[in-house]
Amino acid sequence: MTSLLEVRDATKRFGGIVANEGVSLSVREGEIVGLIGPNGSGKTTLFNSIVGHHALDAGSIRFGGREITELRVPQIARLGLLRTFQQTRVFRGMTGIENMLASAPPEGTGLAVMFGRSQPREAARADDLLQFVGLYEKRHLRAGELSFGQQKLLEFAMALMRSPRMLLLDEPTAGINPTLINNLVDRLQRANAELGITLLVIEHNMPVIMRLARRLYCLAHGKILAEGAPEQVQRDPRVLEAYLGAA
Amino acid sequence: MSARGRGRILAALLLAATVAAPLVVPALTVQFATLWVMIILALTWDILGGQMGYNSFGNVVFFGVGMYASAIVQVGLFHDVGAYTAASGTGVYPFTPQQYYVGLALGILAAPIAAVAVAALLGTGMLGLRGHYFAIGTLGLGIAGGEFAASWEYVGGASGFLLPVFPGAYETRALFFYGLCAALGIVTFLVLRRLYAGRFGLALNAIRDDEDKAEALGHHTVRNKVLAWCVSAFFVGLAGAIFGNMNGLIEPREVAFSGATFGVWMVLMALLGGKGTLWGPVIGAIVFHVFKELFWTYLLGWQRVALGLLIVGIVLFFPLGLLGYARERWPSLFGRQAVEGAKR
Ligand SMILES: Nc1ncnc2c1ncn2[C@@H]1O[C@H](COP(=O)(O)OP(=O)(O)OP(=O)(O)O)[C@@H](O)[C@H]1O
Ligand SMILES: [Mg+2]
Repeated sequence: MTSLLEVRDATKRFGGIVANEGVSLSVREGEIVGLIGPNGSGKTTLFNSIVGHHALDAGSIRFGGREITELRVPQIARLGLLRTFQQTRVFRGMTGIENMLASAPPEGTGLAVMFGRSQPREAARADDLLQFVGLYEKRHLRAGELSFGQQKLLEFAMALMRSPRMLLLDEPTAGINPTLINNLVDRLQRANAELGITLLVIEHNMPVIMRLARRLYCLAHGKILAEGAPEQVQRDPRVLEAYLGAA
Repeated sequence: MSARGRGRILAALLLAATVAAPLVVPALTVQFATLWVMIILALTWDILGGQMGYNSFGNVVFFGVGMYASAIVQVGLFHDVGAYTAASGTGVYPFTPQQYYVGLALGILAAPIAAVAVAALLGTGMLGLRGHYFAIGTLGLGIAGGEFAASWEYVGGASGFLLPVFPGAYETRALFFYGLCAALGIVTFLVLRRLYAGRFGLALNAIRDDEDKAEALGHHTVRNKVLAWCVSAFFVGLAGAIFGNMNGLIEPREVAFSGATFGVWMVLMALLGGKGTLWGPVIGAIVFHVFKELFWTYLLGWQRVALGLLIVGIVLFFPLGLLGYARERWPSLFGRQAVEGAKR
């Protein structure tokens, strides 16, 4: 099977810092792939490059067989490649429902569409997805009033709203209590299995990523250090050293 | 009673007051008409300032553009504009009543077109900027517009543009323009209410809360921002056309592009009432206008000081605006529904 996301030799520098250097990775349609690495190893930077947040210094990125290296954030999002943020970003002043409806921006750009009302089926889908992540009861609360963990769940539901082909999740379980974590992992697996959404997940929580991913990449100092089955990568002496060395 | 029911009653009362006001106190008809213009300015400032979180200090430009565009069309249809303004007020260029009304109608039609064109142009150039940079960029727009108009002899330069004279008695004239202002105010309110309740409202609020997130979700943010400014410009341009005619004389710096008066007032009114809400700017405009008129009548010489103190008072005691304050103080009066209802 061909890969859905293909990153080739991506290099990104910030002044003197080389955040990513010659990073290559590929994710096939329907896969769940993990991305691990010590703090500051360049994981978020790689996500930012993929979604068009900043330009690469070298390398290329393809999504769905299409060259997206030069595209900007909203364009890439509209192709069905969405990301969630490490710091969790929701529309804090808007209610849960409004957050969901705002996450399904209209496909068209005509005035009638942009000035139109949200469709009933969008509202129904918003309800379903809020139900799916367990936030239905809180749907009329402002997102800023939700707990941090609930905001993470909301952000995940928002990402699903547009039925993306692929999701990049930046530490989806960070700061969430263990019960909610199990919940979330279950939802991620179901999103993958039932909705067919391909996942690339940054995660520091080892048990979580071992459960989720069938393949792992490990970044250290901006370079891919190891790649393969989770158990194999976890036991790799270079990976252990990178984590211990960074500690 | 539900918040929605209360909103209905409030709307009905205001509508009754709208009809009754000029009949009960005919001497103040022009004042009431001006109040409607203020309401429109506050409502339309809030599209960007409140709903979208972009402070614009340049909306007064659309007011001036609408005024001049209308005037040029009204006169240009029947006379040479340059010669007309040069002969200012000498009565060499008369208008028949029919010419007056046809000109006015077409002028009022042209005003929003010109204003929207300017907004689209400025917006495409400036709305790629984020929040504060945009705000700073708009600071000079009013002054630039004023200086431009003041140096353009074709439209009367610094001495202004005298509009065709209304073919009727003073009272009729006042009522006529009051009707126009009130109708435009009500339409503006209803259109905005409708837009805020749909995708456009969601898109604006999303930009206000987190523009990066909106982009990450695939929003056409720049397009929405420019569109929002165009909606503002549309109604402000219309208001400018009507206000210019009601005023009779368009002064470039003091009336049309007056950043120090209308330009600042529209911001204050929205803040006073509660920005980011539908009713806030309306309430703010009413309270502000009443205070301002009282100051100008009873505190002559000190009116600007009093107005300044009022502004400080607003910022200190009502940082969320009157509506925001009331909501925090008496939440049961509004309830969750009201919070949503008012926002949309
Ligand atoms: N916009 C930026 N400007 C300058 N330096 C940056 C920028 N973004 C990231 N960096 C630097 O790039 C390096 C990699 O950062 P990045 O955020 O990608 O790490 P990470 O692997 O996501 O870490 P963590 O696990 O802590 O989230 C760091 O040294 C960081 O300081
Ligand atoms: Mg990170």
